[in-house]
Formats: sequence, C-alpha cells, structure tokens
Amino acid sequence: MPFMPVKFTLQKRVKLAQGVWMLYWLSVIVGIVIFSLGIFFKIELRKRSEMMDNNESHLVPNLLMLVGVLACGINAFGGKVCHDSLDPNKFSKWKPMLKMFLLLCCGFNVLLLLVALLCFLMQFAVYLTLAEGLKNGIKFYKDTDTPGRCFMKRTLDMTQIEFRCCGNNNFRDWFEVQWISNRYLDMSNDVVKDRVLSNVEGKYLMDSVPFSCCNPGSPRPCIQHHLTNNSAHYDYDHRTEELNIWVRGCREALFSYYSSMMNSIGALVILTISVDMAGLKYLCTALETMTDPENPESESEGWLLEKGVKETLADVLSKVKMMGKTNQVEEGQYVQSVVTQVFTDM
Amino acid sequence: MALLKMKFTQQRRVRLAQGLWLLSWLAVMCGAFIFCLGVYLKTELLRRAEVMDNTEIHVVPNILMMVGLASIGTNWVASRVCQDSLDASRFPRWKVLLLAWFAVAALLCCLLIAVVVLSYALQGRLEESLKVGLRNGIRFYKDTDVPGRCFQKETIDHLQMEFRCCGNNNFKDWFEVQWVSNRYLDFTSKDVKDRIRSNVDGRFLLDGVPFSCCNPASPRPCLQYHLTDSRAHYNYEYQSEELNLYSRGCRQALIDYYMDLMNSTGPGVLSVILIQMSVLLSLRYLQTAVEGAMALENPEGESEGYLLEKDVKQTFEDCKAKVLDMLKLAQVDAAAAEVSPGAADAEKTVDNTTEKAASPTPAS
Repeated sequence: MPFMPVKFTLQKRVKLAQGVWMLYWLSVIVGIVIFSLGIFFKIELRKRSEMMDNNESHLVPNLLMLVGVLACGINAFGGKVCHDSLDPNKFSKWKPMLKMFLLLCCGFNVLLLLVALLCFLMQFAVYLTLAEGLKNGIKFYKDTDTPGRCFMKRTLDMTQIEFRCCGNNNFRDWFEVQWISNRYLDMSNDVVKDRVLSNVEGKYLMDSVPFSCCNPGSPRPCIQHHLTNNSAHYDYDHRTEELNIWVRGCREALFSYYSSMMNSIGALVILTISVDMAGLKYLCTALETMTDPENPESESEGWLLEKGVKETLADVLSKVKMMGKTNQVEEGQYVQSVVTQVFTDM
Repeated sequence: MALLKMKFTQQRRVRLAQGLWLLSWLAVMCGAFIFCLGVYLKTELLRRAEVMDNTEIHVVPNILMMVGLASIGTNWVASRVCQDSLDASRFPRWKVLLLAWFAVAALLCCLLIAVVVLSYALQGRLEESLKVGLRNGIRFYKDTDVPGRCFQKETIDHLQMEFRCCGNNNFKDWFEVQWVSNRYLDFTSKDVKDRIRSNVDGRFLLDGVPFSCCNPASPRPCLQYHLTDSRAHYNYEYQSEELNLYSRGCRQALIDYYMDLMNSTGPGVLSVILIQMSVLLSLRYLQTAVEGAMALENPEGESEGYLLEKDVKQTFEDCKAKVLDMLKLAQVDAAAAEVSPGAADAEKTVDNTTEKAASPTPAS
C-alpha cells in the first residue's frame, strides 16, 4: 500500500512538473537572498567590532553564506531535473542520481533548521560580548594617544550619537571612570588636586558625561557637567529631568538592533525549509510507473513512499541490523546488494 | 535629395524593427529611472526644507519626474509602432500619430538638456535660500516654546551632527545670536546681568556653541564655552585649535552635498538623452522604409529610408511656405468676408437707384 498515492494523467504530470520547476527557481532566489543577508550581517558585525572588543563570533554569517550558496546549487539542480522530466531521453540520465539527491535535500533541510536555531541562540553570545566590549570602550575613552586605542573615543561618540544611548547600562557608567585624559588636566589647580586625592586609585572622577550623550530633542541647551548638583544650573532638577541626555544604555540599544536582525534572518531561514522534495518525489514515481512506457499519454500513479510509513521504517531497521550482522560474517558483494535494496525501497 | 538616405532590404527592415523594439523598451526603463531620480532628489530636498527659504530649486526634480513619466508613455507607444510596422494592414493607423510622436520626443530631449543646464544655473539661488534659512534657524534655535518654531533646535542640531558642520559660514555665527533661552537664565546672577547690559539689544551673547558643533574626532573632550579665552582651559590655544569643533559652515556643507547629488546624476541623464535620440532617429528610418516598401508593387522588395525627404534647406523652405499659406488662407478668408458684404451693399444701392428711377416715372 503506497503512502499517499495520487493518480496522474499526462496533463497532471505536466502541471506538476511546471509547478515544481517554478518552486525550485523561487528557492534559488531565496538562496541568493540568504547569501546576501549573510554578507550584510557580517558587515554589520565588522562595523561595530570595536564595541565588541574585536571578539565577536562570525559563525552565524559564515554559515548563512554557505547555506545560501548550497541552496542555490541544490535548487538549481532540482529545477534542471524538473525541466528534463517530461522528455524520457533526458530524464533517463538523471534517474540513477535521484535517490541520492532526495537524501541530500533531506540533509540540507536539517542543516537549515540548525542554522535557524543558531540564529536565535547566538543572541546571548552577542549580548555578553557587547557588555564586555562597551565596558572596555568606556575605560579606554580617554586613551586617544595610545596606539591601538586612539580611535575608541571617536567610535564610542559616534555610536552614542547614532544609537541614541549613553554609557553601558545608563549614563552613570561615566561617573565611575576617568574619561578626561591627564594631558588636559591642570595638575597645579587645587580643585583638580582635591578630586584626584579624594579617590583611592587617584582617578579624576566627575559627575559629567561626554557631549555625545546629549539629546538634541531637549528644549534647553545640553547640560553635561555637574549633573547631580541641582544648584549648579538654573531651574534644574536632576531627578525629574528626562530629555537632557539619553537615558537608554548602549548595550541595550545595540543588542536590540542585533537581535531584531538575527530574529528576522532566522524566521526567513525557517520559511525556506521547503516542500519541494514532496513534489519531486511525486513527479519521479509518476514517471516511473507509466502503464505503457511507449505512450506518453498513459496514466500513472505517484506516491511518497512505496509502502506505508510503519512498514518502510521496519524495513529500513531490519536492513540496517542485517548490515551490522553481515559485517561480522561476510563483506563485499552482499553488503553492496543490501545497500542498493534499501535505497530502491524508498 | 533626401537627407542621409539608406537602402533597406526586407531582412534589414525586420532587423531594424526588432532592434528598435528592444531599444524602445530600454528607453522605457530609462524613463522609469529618470522618474525615480526625480523622486529621490525631491525627497532629499524636502527633508531639509526647514533650512531653505524658498522652493525654486524644486523645479529640477519636478521636471525630471514629468519627463520620466512622459518618456515611459512615449517609448511604450514606439514599441507598439515597431510591433505593427512589419504588418502592412496594421501600420497605416499609426501614420497620423507619428508626426506628433516625433514632436513629443524632441520636446523631451530638450527638457532633459534644460534640466542639466538648470541644475548648474540654480546653484546661486540655492545658496541664497540656504543662507536665509540657516540664519533664521540659528536665530530661532532658542525658541523651543514658540509654536511653529519649537523643532528648530532639534532640526539644527541633527543637521550639524549629520553634515559635520557648525553655524552658517562658520562657528562664529553662534557668537552673534542668543541661543540660550531666557527661561534658563538666572537673572539674579551678576554674570548674566553684566552680559545682558554690555549688549545694545539686551541679548545674552556668549563665545560658546551648542553641543552639536563638537567634533568626535577630537582627542580631547569637547570644549563648548569660553572658546576665545585661551586661559579658560588648560593646554588650549584658541588660534591653533582645529579639531575641537567642526570647521565647515553648514551652508557650504549643504551646497556641496546637493551639487554632488546633481552632478552624479548628470552622466545618467546625458545617456538617457542619447538613447531617446537614437530611438527617435531609428523610428524615423523605420517609418520611411516601411512606407516606401508599402508603396512598391512587391512589398518585400528593397526600399529607401531617410531622415528628411528633401534637404534641410528645402524642408525648411517648405515648412515656411506651408505656414505662410496657412496665414494667407486666413487673410484671404477675411478679405473675402469684407468683399461680400461690400458687394451686397453695392447691389442694394443699385436696387435703390432703380427703385428711385422707377418711382418718379408714375409722377411724370
């Protein structure tokens, strides 16, 4: 009893071949889209690699590019097979490869599922890398004269301006580091000396933030310095002031940016797990079981599996067990014949 | 003596029709490209409309959009003509339309050339418009509580950060306006009172700039206030400090941006003009060749294609003569109309005299 049999006339076979051909070429386009999304994601990671301490994992974009290329190749081959399927001469040269091809498609779909899962899970890694990278970024903000770190200030300023955020968790992260280089501090000044001495590690700490934390939407000119001192500014209360500087932390801002990107890529990959395989299987079996091979207009039957699901599984298991046993007793030809039998049964 | 005659066999005619069909579809794509270019340019101009005083520069994207749409329609008609050209029964219905088509296509080419010229000629007007718009923007920076101006601050801040510029000509423009609102000034403070009194208009002027003028590439944290006072900051020299703020003025930055945009579209527009001209010339050849072939006894024989039936001079003379004829016809009609009422009057007077002659006779 074949599994899900369907009767096919010539018309239906032609329609099936055309439909499956279209589906395959659509999948090629989707493969190209996945490849370009992989490139886009890789570029975005490189752009902000300084914020992630140059430590970010490029596993996901590399996999996406690989999967995109593979999808293009496999689906183009499937399309070619469909195109040739209605011409018996051309189809006969593809017949022996079809079993392997369907197995390959199965394996490829499993790979797609894995990649989609990775897209969703790697977000945690991105979050942790961002936390570490931003902490170091804020620490090295003042080191514009140290080779290898001289652009950290500019990068962090541009990031805070672009993503409308301030600091790692919030703006108070700036109160805990010295972000003004000693080159620009007048060490002979009493105020400066007091601040440096009042701190255990001799750091010059202030309750101020850099200019890139300023919010242009604030109705008043930006207040950067003496943020916690209400009397330092006219008509200012630091507890109720909301619009003066950005309140969101950069880790949260960058993470939401990357996670939305990864979520949408993962969703697209899941969508491409295709049903082309079922169509191709029907087409192949329909062509093989033509009642009168010479007459192209004869009827035929197509199915997904030659026997029912349970029977096929039992068959495969028994064959595998036999293979295991014969490996101990005999090898060579017997094993080969068993393997071909397993494949022809599918 | 026809202008630029060429011989066309049946095969050449078919090739010409096929090639022209492809070329006209290419021209349709080019028309769509011109339309999209116009839309893009208009969007970019509208985004910064708040710092522009007038909208004269909008004539460039408006013309581009119009020409793009017209070009799509015109070249689609050309492709239909090509399809029908090799079918002797369907071609004659296009005959009437073709003269109008040539006129429209020539007009489109002229408009495109005008656009290229205008984009250079209007640079001065754009600069004027930006000068006034930016000056107002800087003046109204502090009015975040006045309806209609409350977003000037945000607009100017975003503009300065995005285009990496400060002020109108340079950062000193900020020294001449009060950009801190009175709501945030403590009028009981001596410093504030001194500053206001030292100024004729009673404005609170500072040698400071807003935060959006700060240059992130500077190695030191941004210095916004007391810019002209070298002693106010440690290790700071007003004359030699270059990286602290953006040195470019916003007017120059915006002009450079828009001119770059229009210059980069120049080659595209010129190639579209070339494609349109080639469609026009090829269609003229196709028209004359097919009409010549239809006039022969054997429609599949050789025929001649040309651009103009006679020389340029002779064609010009012919056109002039036709136009004058049309004018003369109008004059003759008017003269004929004058003559006929005059003739009627003359007849009436003749009748009167005959009546007068007739009437006294009974008396005598």
